[in-house]
Order: sequence, then structure tokens, then C-alpha cells
Amino acid sequence: MTIPTSSVEQVIPGQGAMAQPEPAKPGRARRKRFRFVANGKALTGLIVLGLYLLFAIIGPWVAPYDPDARGPALTAPPSADHWFGTTHLGQDILSQVLVGTRGVMLVGLAAGALATILSVLIGVTAGYLGGGWDDSLSALSNVFLVIPALPLIIIVTAAAPGGGDTLVALIIGFTSWAWGARVLRAQTLSLRRREYVEAARANGESTWRIIIFEILPNLTAIIASGFVGTVIFAVTSEITLAFIGIGSVSSWNWGTILFWAQSQQALAQGAWWWFVPAGLAIAFLGTALSLINFGIDEFVSPRLRSAGKTKIKTASGRTVRMRVGFTPVLSNSSAPHTHARPIPVNTAAATPVNRSKEATQ
Amino acid sequence: MSGEPVLEIKNLNVDYGLGDQAVRAVRDVNLTLHRGEVLGLAGESGSGKSTLAYGLTRLLAPPGVITGGEVIYHPENAEPYDVLGLDDRGLRKFRWAETAIVFQGAMNSLNPVHKISTQLNDVLEAHEPKMSAHSRTARAREMLKLVGISPDRMDAYPHQLSGGMRQRVMIGMALILQPQVVIMDEPTTALDVVMQRQILGQLIELRERLGFSVIFITHDLSLLVEFSNRIAIMYGGRIVEEAQATALYRDSLHPYSAGLLGSFPALRGARRELTGIPGSPPDLKGMPTGCSFHPRCPKAFDPCAGNIPVLGNPDTPDGSARTVACWLHPVKQPVA
Amino acid sequence: MRYLLQRILFYVFTAWAAITINFFIPRMIPGDPVKSLLARFQGQMSTDAIDSLYVLFGLDKDASIWSQYLDYWKQLFHGDLGLSFTAFPASVSQVISDALPWTVALVGITTIISFLLGTGLGVLAGWRRGSWIDGLLPTTTFLSSVPYFWLGLLAIYLLAGPDSFFPSSGGYEPGLVPAWDQYFIPSAIQHSLLPALTILISSVSGWILSMRNMMVTVAAEDYITVAHAKGLSERRVALGYAARNALLPNVSGFALSLGFIVGGTLLVEIVFSYPGLGFLLFRAVGAKDYPLMQGIFLVITISVLVANLIADIAYLMLDPRTRKEG
Repeated sequence: MTIPTSSVEQVIPGQGAMAQPEPAKPGRARRKRFRFVANGKALTGLIVLGLYLLFAIIGPWVAPYDPDARGPALTAPPSADHWFGTTHLGQDILSQVLVGTRGVMLVGLAAGALATILSVLIGVTAGYLGGGWDDSLSALSNVFLVIPALPLIIIVTAAAPGGGDTLVALIIGFTSWAWGARVLRAQTLSLRRREYVEAARANGESTWRIIIFEILPNLTAIIASGFVGTVIFAVTSEITLAFIGIGSVSSWNWGTILFWAQSQQALAQGAWWWFVPAGLAIAFLGTALSLINFGIDEFVSPRLRSAGKTKIKTASGRTVRMRVGFTPVLSNSSAPHTHARPIPVNTAAATPVNRSKEATQ
Repeated sequence: MSGEPVLEIKNLNVDYGLGDQAVRAVRDVNLTLHRGEVLGLAGESGSGKSTLAYGLTRLLAPPGVITGGEVIYHPENAEPYDVLGLDDRGLRKFRWAETAIVFQGAMNSLNPVHKISTQLNDVLEAHEPKMSAHSRTARAREMLKLVGISPDRMDAYPHQLSGGMRQRVMIGMALILQPQVVIMDEPTTALDVVMQRQILGQLIELRERLGFSVIFITHDLSLLVEFSNRIAIMYGGRIVEEAQATALYRDSLHPYSAGLLGSFPALRGARRELTGIPGSPPDLKGMPTGCSFHPRCPKAFDPCAGNIPVLGNPDTPDGSARTVACWLHPVKQPVA
Repeated sequence: MRYLLQRILFYVFTAWAAITINFFIPRMIPGDPVKSLLARFQGQMSTDAIDSLYVLFGLDKDASIWSQYLDYWKQLFHGDLGLSFTAFPASVSQVISDALPWTVALVGITTIISFLLGTGLGVLAGWRRGSWIDGLLPTTTFLSSVPYFWLGLLAIYLLAGPDSFFPSSGGYEPGLVPAWDQYFIPSAIQHSLLPALTILISSVSGWILSMRNMMVTVAAEDYITVAHAKGLSERRVALGYAARNALLPNVSGFALSLGFIVGGTLLVEIVFSYPGLGFLLFRAVGAKDYPLMQGIFLVITISVLVANLIADIAYLMLDPRTRKEG
């Protein structure tokens, strides 16, 4: 389980320190988007995520075995035939991980998309319309926020008959939109008071036009970070459900692998290969998504970037640190840097330079 | 004016950033604050006036870097020393006890989670550790009374005070250790005009009583003309003119000073036509060659674009009491 | 005070919402699983017990939804959550009250330690940019991306074992009787070390990161520059001015994410077979013990709400702007 670590999500309205995305002008937008990708963390995250998506598509084709097929080697450690070893039934664990990728990514992305759509609908509506809408929608999202989501997901999924990926995605999506809605509401509230929105309203533009063309573009970063955060939550929830034996029982995902590892005493047998690959797969996916979110955070509020060069050399060869409250002094000699010298000028003969533009003013 | 210096800034240079990305915000500034005077520092935003003030107390946030210069402080009864050469401990001791600052933005200068009394007490605890708790409280109450705030507001939190009251608290806090120098950075911009004059009037009165010197930074030249003794005008990180307030008001030598004066209605004296300055302040990343004001200057001529004019005493009747950096006014004696 | 009253009102409302959700979930699914289980216990259950399960699961199709709802509330007020199928003939409330102290002790204490430790490290990381803690961040990010339960599996594999100091499962040495004595308490502490460490390692990074970011944001505030200008000691500026303000959003973040954290930490209990609510929920799910599942969900929710209220009170004491009408 990941705590929502994004600072964008940690912002509580009315506490100041709000990471305000500056309303970008269209001309600058492209350069800024490029800069986001140039952020090392985001780039690493996107590349890893891309690999996962690739395996979600080609996984079942490149898997060396049928994940259900039993083999002669039971609970065998990794070997040339079975890179990740085998289960108690001789099933190939690498194939299970590869085939399981698709289910994990599908449920994660679908649940994340559903939760994001809900959070935009609810958060932006509450923030923009205000009044009774705001009160009731905020109360609704706060209720969903404090009710522990995972136990709720567990009892709903356990009660629903059949299980299946679609149902799991739906349940996770419907229970995890509240964080996003809360953050979006706060940001919309502050955007609504900006001058350009006030101006659009004064011009008599319709509410939906203002929301779609003036508000939403400025919420992109927050929506993106909310989406990524929910995908992390959805993936872990889904794997957790499979791990405790509810949800999708028919299809493979990393949680199912862990479920079998746990129920067949993999630990007691010392079969580390049974649970390590699936866990690492989750961990790398989660890290990649977190990195993307850090990138978005730093893109939104540049102050959070790693300080970069924090140590500098002074003229006397000492090293000083850049820090708040004690500006470094590189040299305290009083020799002037630029050597301006008085030169004789004949002001009497001064002819003003012809500067036609200013002259007309 | 006694003419005795209390703070001498010598060839101060301040950069933002390091290496190739460095942008020079303050360039070779020489400025002397004399005991008991109010020195006004004026210029448009980006002229480097605030950077100068924060730089001389080493309060610039990263990526600010002081790349050179000296700030010589003259204590009342001791040898002068260079503030930029102090170690952290020495600097902490120097701060507030010798030079206090009233910041712009009264709203955010006070810590929102501590009572006024705690924030006043903090200063005394840091600088006068031997003082008893009782006399610290007495001193804090006295300071509040001095700036016209009822001492029973001691236990108030900043959010319970109005903007004007908060700025008074800040002024009271600045004076609590009886510093020699008080730097005021746009101290009243966030307040309404009536409150501005009330607070500034009170401050000048306190200065006469307590005898500290003031560096008063603002873009509002009319306030400076009214409240300060001497005025220095900054442009593009340099001081371009410095003179007695009245002299500068009556006949400014630098075309930029004239432009600034023309941008504000005068509060006293004859009416003048408001003009303003065409163009916008220079980009620090790409400073014009020569005099940085020449692209906007109505009187620019041949040497302006090629050579940087040096600051010095001009060849005028009152030339020995003022300085200017402009090719229109050849310098007799450069400031070193 | 008005702020506190508002919060209490909100939590009462949320509790009502959770209970109502809990009322409707079994009614949206076919009643067959419960009926078949009831059939299994035919003859062993008293009619009272069967009646109460009928009320909980809406098996009584003749009654209107409204009267079912009223009956449901009546039963809750008597503390009757029905009978547990797995622990028959024990009631759900009995089973839960046995497990609750374990969870409160393990999850409660580790969550608080994790918050305090993470916040402390976050203060350091945010105040001294580029220090060794910044170098720690990638590792902690990785660890927080791992599901808690998987980290628990790894911990058992690496650290526990027959010869190890750390027991791999259970809450205390088998054979001991739970009591406040010199045999039981050390054993219980020994058994909780590894689960606690697992929770700590995977949850602490979130707090480090959010506190670091808050410190960085706060360090640029005017009052921090003023504090430096006042010549206060580094300690006073960092703690009394920067950290003290950065703490506020972190505390409200703590309150808001309690629901998330508790959900995750409960899973650690499963891996360690720790006798708390999480492990109980796991067994209830495995045995399709619906009354127990419903009861656990209610108790977890109410506990989180109470914890939330406590965090709110802490916030109230930290921020003077909410304490007095400004």
C-alpha cells in the first residue's frame, strides 16, 4: 500500500503553500511539456512504465510456457529452462509473471481512469459551482476519504459473486476517487477567482465552456498526478485482493502468484523465487509511477527540485554550502569587478541619438 | 548631519546563480550610510535595490551569491569590521542587534503559529540570554507601547491583528535591541495611504528620539523626497545618482532620476506634469552595453552605448555633495 | 470549539454512511451464500441468533427495506453483530473484541512511530538540502512502492526462522496465556517486532517525502527570512519557525491518509498470522464468514474515525488560526 506521497495531494486548502500551477500561455506550453520530459525522474518513470505496457501487450506471446501447464520439475529453483523457477505443480513462474502483466495493467489503468473521471467530475463541479453543490459533494468525498478503502473493497468484492477483472476494476475505481476530487476542488476554487476566469464569466461565456477551456487546461498536472496516484493504489489493491484469495481467481496476476506461494508454504520451503519476481514486478511498477509523480510535482512547483549544486568554492578556496539565511560570500575583496574609467566627454557637442520611436512619445 | 559613517558598502556584487547561468543583480555598488540619517534607495522593480539590502545582511535566498565587495560596519564605540567576513555565529550576533530589517509584506513577516509575545521574546532570548524572563516581557510591552499598540495585545496571534498593526509590531520588533541601522524594504506598500503616512511619520519621530539610521527602500520616490535626507537611485544593479533629497528633487542630473520623479505626483511644492519612462527595465540576463539606461534614455548620445559611465562627483556648484553616473555630467572625482 | 463540533458532526455523519453502506452491501447480492451457511448450522443455532442474521443480511423478504433498516440499527445499538460462522458459537462482537487490542497495539503504535520518525527525517532532509537523507529518498520510494505484505514475506524469509530471534508467526509463544505478566508481555513484544518493522519501513518514506516538500515550501516564506534576520539560532529557526509551520499540512495529511494506511497495515498481520483484525478478516474472507467480515469492516471504520478525530484535535492545538475565531 502506498501512502499518497505527492505533495500536490498533500495540499490542504487554506494552508498556504499551495503548489499553484501557473496558468501557462499557449506559446510556452509546448516548451514546458518538453521540460517535463527532460526531468530525469519523470523520464525514467515513463521509460519503465513503457516497458510494462509493452509486456502487457506481448506478455502472453513471449511467455515460454502456458502459465497453467504442469511440468516435471516441481518447486525448482531458477534454471536455464525456467528462469524464475517453478511452482509446486511445475508451472513456469516467468510465464505466470509475463501473462499476469496484462491483467494488472488493465485493471490498474481502468480503475485509475474511472477514478480520475469521477474525481474531475466531482471535484471540479464542487469547486466551480460552490454553494450547496460544494457542500454536499465535499461531504461525499470526505466520507469516502476517511472510510478505509481497502477493507471496503475487500468486503464488497467478497460479497459480489463471481469476481473477475472488470468487477475488481469497477469496485476499485468507485472507491478511490476521493483524494483527487479533494485536491481538484481546492485548485478549482482558487482558479475560479483568477482574473481571466472572472473576465470570461463577465463576457457571458457558458459555465461549461469556461470549465472546459479555462479551468481544465490549468488542472492538467493535478489530474495527471491524481491519475498516476490512483493507478498505484489500484494496482496494489488488485494484487492484494488476489493475494488474499478474492477477486480474479480465473486469470493470472502477480497477486495470484503470491497467493499460491503463500498457501503452498513457499517461505517454509525456502522457495524465494516463487514470491520475489512478482513482488519486484510490483515494486518497480510502483517506483516508476511514483517517479512520474515526483516529476509532475517538481514541474508544478520547481522549488521541490533537488537543490542541484549546493556547494561552491570561494575565492579563498574554502567550500561553502548554499542555504537559506546565509548567502554565501565568494570573495570579500573590495576591488571593483567592472573597470569603468572616466573618459573626457564633450557634452557641449552632444548630439542626441536619433531614436525615432521614443521621440514620438 | 554628522557625516560620520555607520555602514559603508564597497564594490558590492551580487549574482543569482552560478557559473554560466549567473545573473548579476547588483554591480559594484558603493554607498555610505551616515549616522542618524535616512537614506532612500529608489528604482523600478528589478533595479537591484532589495537585492542590495538583503545582500548586505547575507539574507538572500539561494541561488543568491555575493561575488565580491565589503560591507564595513562602524559600531558606536569599537573598531569597524566587515560584515561579509563574519562567521555564522558572528553574523547571528550582528543581525538585529546592529542592523534590523522591516520587510515588505507585513502579512507574511510574522510567524502565524506563534504569539506576538513569543516572537518578540525570541529576539531577546537569542541576543540577551542573561535577561530575566520578567524584564524581557517588560521590554516587549514597552516596545509595543512605543509603536502605538496596546500591550494587552501581547498574547494575540498575527492573524488577529490588522495589516497596519502587524507592520507596527514589526517596527517595534526591529527596534527592540536598539540597532544602529534599520533597513526598511517597502515597509508600507501593502498598506493604505493614510496608514502609510501615519507609520512613516511615527518612524521618523522614533528615529529622532532613538538616533538610529535608516535605509529606506521603495519605488515610491515621492515618499522618499518627503521622508529621507539623502536619496540614491538604482538602475540595472548600479547606483546612477545620489544626492540630498531636496537637491535631487529640485534638479536631478541623471535622465533616469528625472524620469522617476516625473512618474509620481509630488505631494508638496509646485505641480509637475506626470510623464513616466518609456520602455521597460533591462533584462539582467542581457544588459545593454555601456550605460544600461541608454536604450530608454531620451538624452542618449554617442558615448552612452559604448562605455559604462562611472559614478562620481559632477562638475556642478553642489558637485561635491552629490554623485552621478552619466555621460552628460562628466565626473570630476570618481567614487572609489 | 465550533471547528471541533463541526468535525465531530462530520464523523458522526461518516459513521452513519459507513453503517448504511454496510447495511446495503449484503442486500445487493443474492442471499444464497448466507442461507446455505445457515442451513449448515441448522439445529445448532438458537432462533434468536437466526433472527439476528436475518436482520443483518436482509433475508426477511417480507419486511420493507425501511423496517429492515430500523431493525438493523436496533440490533447495532445492542452491540449485536450476529454470530460468526467460523468461530461458532462465539458472536462476532466477541471475536472482534479479542482481536482488536492486537491491531490497536501493532498498527496504532507503529503508525505513530512511523509518522514521528518520517516527519523528523523530513525536517532534516528539507532543511539541509542535498544531505545524506536526500540520497535515501530513492530507496525509500522503492520500499514504499512494495506492498506491505510482500515486504513482510521477504522479512520472514530473510530474518525469521527456527533459529532466529524473530518468530515468523503468531502474536505470542504458543502455550502462554494472554495476561499482563512477565512471561506474556516480552513474548508479545518479540512477536510484534518484525511486523512492526515491516510496517515502519514501508510507511516511513511517505512521511519523509511529504515533510521534506513542506519544509522546502515553507523555507521560502517571509517569516523564515525574518527569523534569520533576527539572528535566531539555526535550531530555533528550523524547528520553531520552519518545522512548526510545515507540520500543519502534514498532520492534516496524516488524518486524511489514515484510512489508506490502516488498510495496508492490516495485510501485514496476514503474512505474520498476527492475531489482529487483519488476519481475522483474511480468515473470514477465506471461510466466507459474512457476518464477521461486515463486523470487522464496521469496527475498522469506527476506529479510523476515532483516530481521525484525535488527529483533528492535535491539529486544533497546533494551529492557532483554527483555535480562535479570527
